[in-house]
Amino acid sequence: MTKVILPELGEGIQKATVACWHKKIGDEVSADDDLLEVVTDKASFNISAEKTGRIKEILVKEGKEVRIGEVLATME
Amino acid sequence: MSISTTQQSSCSVEDLGLLKYEKALEIQRRYVTEFIGGKRPQSLLFCQHPAVLTLGRSSHEGNILFPQKDILAQGINIVHIDRGGDITLHAPGQQVVYPILDLNFQGKDLHRYLFLLEQVGIDLLNDFGILADRILGKIGVYVDGEKIMSIGVGVRKWVSYHGLAININTDLKYFSLIRPCGLDVSMTSLAHIKGRMIDMDDVKAKMVTHLAKVFHLDIVEDKKI
Repeated sequence: MTKVILPELGEGIQKATVACWHKKIGDEVSADDDLLEVVTDKASFNISAEKTGRIKEILVKEGKEVRIGEVLATME
Repeated sequence: MSISTTQQSSCSVEDLGLLKYEKALEIQRRYVTEFIGGKRPQSLLFCQHPAVLTLGRSSHEGNILFPQKDILAQGINIVHIDRGGDITLHAPGQQVVYPILDLNFQGKDLHRYLFLLEQVGIDLLNDFGILADRILGKIGVYVDGEKIMSIGVGVRKWVSYHGLAININTDLKYFSLIRPCGLDVSMTSLAHIKGRMIDMDDVKAKMVTHLAKVFHLDIVEDKKI
């Protein structure tokens, strides 16, 4: 199982808000596919899949705030 | 694979002229994909847009102060887009720059990137003898408390798109339609401050110089399309 986490986005940035998911539970994804987009201040940041797999769980809904390092989804 | 310093810093400049917002967005997306695929260098895309309101991911429609049908009736388009920030207004006379830059070589830091874009605006205005500044917590560039430059960026695989919009000869009447960026702030322009129209080509040339300096870019090509 692979965890999709909110990566470091820069100095002083502790959190971001999930703007939208591009994938849903059960979707097959390829490495580098965009999974979701988070926003912080004036920046939107796309998080992509590190490897090919299937979305098992989506743990954070759109509109929710998440902290750096928090698990956003799991893949298998 | 190691990437040479030259490749890291190579950047082309393209002036797209007056271009519909949606078309410019399509070009940016294509350039980001092509850059990630190693098919083109970094780019600085310069353009102006016909009047359009763009609503970022964190937009509140309450910040549009008139019924949308009235705005559309004035020939001003409304577009929802995938960038951070609230509402932005683009109109002719505003210099828009979309840097397609590899932020892997700019510290992989969203705040730093926004800070450096602000610096470009501050340096440009300094060339015109204007002291511009940042306001803590309100990203953008300001002159005497009035906003002159707006910023909103998108990042994919640490490659940037969207960018900055600075009012040069913009007709400021457009801003009465909205609460820019959701802030109660009045907008200004370089022409308004100087009391004369400004040569946009001169602005563009100065901005290229400042962008190259701030982001350590090697300008390899400068073309007008």
